[in-house]
Parts: sequence; C-alpha cells; structure tokens
Amino acid sequence: MLAKRIIPCLDVKEGRVVKGINFLNLRDAGSPVEQAKVYAKEGADELVFLDITASFEARKTIIEVVRETCEQVFIPFTVGGGISNLEDIRALLRAGADKVSINTSAVENPDFIKMASQEFGSQCIVVAIDAKLTEDSQWEVYTYGGRKPTGIDVLEWAEEVQALGGGEILLTSMDRDGTKQGYDLELTRKVSQRVNIPVIASGGAGNLEHLYQAFAQGLASAVLVASIFHYGEYSLREAKKYLKEKGIPIRMC
Amino acid sequence: MEKVIGVVDYGLGNLRSVSKALEVLGAKVILSSDAKKLSEAGGLILPGVGAFKRGMENLEKLGLKDFLQKSLNRGIPFLGICLGFQLLFTESEEGGEVKGLEILRGKAVRFSKKIKIPHMGWNQVEFKKDNNLFKEIPDKSFFYFVHSYYVEPEDKDIVISTTDYGEEFVSAINKDNLWAVQFHPEKSSELGLKLIKNFISIC
Repeated sequence: MLAKRIIPCLDVKEGRVVKGINFLNLRDAGSPVEQAKVYAKEGADELVFLDITASFEARKTIIEVVRETCEQVFIPFTVGGGISNLEDIRALLRAGADKVSINTSAVENPDFIKMASQEFGSQCIVVAIDAKLTEDSQWEVYTYGGRKPTGIDVLEWAEEVQALGGGEILLTSMDRDGTKQGYDLELTRKVSQRVNIPVIASGGAGNLEHLYQAFAQGLASAVLVASIFHYGEYSLREAKKYLKEKGIPIRMC
Repeated sequence: MEKVIGVVDYGLGNLRSVSKALEVLGAKVILSSDAKKLSEAGGLILPGVGAFKRGMENLEKLGLKDFLQKSLNRGIPFLGICLGFQLLFTESEEGGEVKGLEILRGKAVRFSKKIKIPHMGWNQVEFKKDNNLFKEIPDKSFFYFVHSYYVEPEDKDIVISTTDYGEEFVSAINKDNLWAVQFHPEKSSELGLKLIKNFISIC
C-alpha cells in the first residue's frame, strides 16, 4: 500500500539553513546537508529546500547545496523559491534535485508549467499554491510569497495546474500558516478531490493530531512540516509511530 | 576488487544520484553516453525518469540502442531503473505505441484513472521469489516510486516482486543477467543502497 508521506521543509538563505532543526548535537546546524542527513535518518519520506535568498547574485548557492545533498542523502528532495525559467529547472535537476516547486512564475505564465512538464516530465514539476480564504468562503490564489492577491480561484487553478502537466500540488493555507491551529482541512479535501495528482498539505501543523487530520479528513497524499519538528516538540519517528497506530499507511524505518 | 559500473547517460533522469550511490558503496563509475567508454564496465545501469518515446529517441540518437542490445544479449549484468526497466521491453502505450529495446517481451501500460497518477511515494515491494538482488532486504520493504506506467511482461516467470497500487503490478524482474526495478533504489534510503550494493556484488 502506498504510504502517506511526511516532508520536512528547510528554509535556506544564501546556502545556509535559517529555519531548521534546533539540534544541539549537530556539528554545523546551519548546514543544509547536515540537517538533511538527520531528517533522512529519522525517517523523512522526502525533503523540501525552500530557497529564500533575496539577491540574484547569491542564487547559485542553492545549486551547491543541491550538489552536496545529492552526494550524501538518498531520499527524494524538492527545491523551491524563485524559479522562473527552464534553465533554472535544468540547473537544479542536473545538480541532483528530484523535483522543483514553482509558484509565482506559474501563475503569471501558466504555459511555463506546460513547457516544464514537457521538457522534464510531470513527475518533477510541483506547483505550489498559496491559498487565502475570501469573505465569501472561497479560496484565492496569492503570489509573491503571499503578498499579492490574484483574483484566481484556488480550485479552478488546481484543476488547470493538473491539465497543464503539473505532477503534484503543494497547497499552503495562508490563514493557517504559522498558527499551529492545524491544516485547513476543508481546503485540502476540496483540492484533493478536485484533482487526480497528489496534494501536499501545508500550513498550520501544531501537533500530531493535525497530521492525522490532514490525511484522514483532508485526504492529502503528504504533509509538509516545519516548526513542529525543527524545535524538537515532536520527533519525526514519534510522529510516524503515532500515525501508524491510528491506521494511516506509513513507512517505518 | 573494485567493480566498475557503467551508468548510461541518455539525457533523462537523476543520473547524479545513481552515480553517487554507487560511489558511496565503493564502486568505480563510468557515467557516459559513449558506447565505447561504457563497454569497459563490468555491469551496466540504465536509470531514467521521463517519457518512453523521448528515452528511445535519445538512445537511438546516441547509438546506445545497438550497444545495449548487443551487450545485454552477450550477458553483461544489467540493472534497469524505472524508465530503464520499461525500455527493456517490446513497447509502451505512452505517446502512441512506441517500440522499446525489445530485449524482453511485454508492454508498458498506464495505471487506471481511478487512482492518483503518478504513483508517487513509498510503497511496499512484495517478493515473489528469492533473488540475489534482494539479499538481506526484508520482504514487503518500502521503496520510492515515481511513475505513471508499469510493465506487463509476457513471461510471468521473470517476475521477482509485485507492488499494490489500486492493482497489483510488477515492481521487479530478473532474467539471466538482466535485472530491472520500477522503483528508485537510489532514492530509497538505506534499503535502496543495500539493493544497489547487491547489484554491485553480482557484477
């Protein structure tokens, strides 16, 4: 049976982790590779590096992170943040990334999804959607890291993403992100039911029950997690044991 | 003795991961699209993710189709991964009816529409036969998959494992010197490395 995935996300800036595990015993806590190794050992099913490097000149640092990770970590990993053309994707995949996640550039130019999936295959094109609840109880797509409303309906966009060849949707609830109140289950379920590609739930995890809900009620294929593991509140191993006991198909290791 | 493994570079898939896994396990890697260089290897790996048609086109363009057909028929140990598994067979329904390397008989077909496609993530590999490739790996272990098509081999006797995704499909085969897996051992953590190590030992 296909296991539900738990995917830790590391924020990386200029080649260094700025939001990651708070492990005292880590030789170099700012090293993305060291953090990735710990998570892989703990049983992470995949990893996401979110590159939040602002300056254009420093953007090639992420390539070096990918090259190094690929030499030492043997689980799939995705790179997101600032990817705007086919050359960006090619460079990341050649360096050893398995998938890339695109967001703003996909909304501004939906053809980009089509070109990218035709060139590299749907399986490596993750489309990230930042969703915010509107006053009339719909969800609207936001771009530029949640700063710009687009007027686009999330469910319609999700369907278009699939039609254009996106292989997976990384769905973040802006309303829940950082709140620790749990994932937006209605949003997650509606998108999961609307498309036939896997949906990764993101934003709002505060405890293990929240992870369970994302799978059981939100029908997510995977959950993206950050702070609940980074700060040692729960271990990944503990989370997997909990989910397995509650009947969710999980890969134990 | 150091084993030399050739990784066939035909422009598709995560080649670095496969090469690095081999190196970590102590093998010497020839990563190349040059048949002459690859012919010095004691074993061959055909990796790959992506479209079947593009895969065959690239192999033909690089002169690797003939090379693979000859080497494989001559008995060199071979491991096909994901698309590299599917390409061994007669044809695929992906992108029309496209002919493969035709070394084994069978066809790659698409998963039914009722489930999420691609089949992406960790799934269990259920052994159908004892095999050197699975040495010291527990039955029903999880490996990482990413694919929308799977192979239906004509000769069921070559099936060494199956996996359940809405239906039971063939996840690994072995015939003489040929092994192929639908999952990605290079992305399947410790057990994946174990499997690659087993292949190196065979070479």
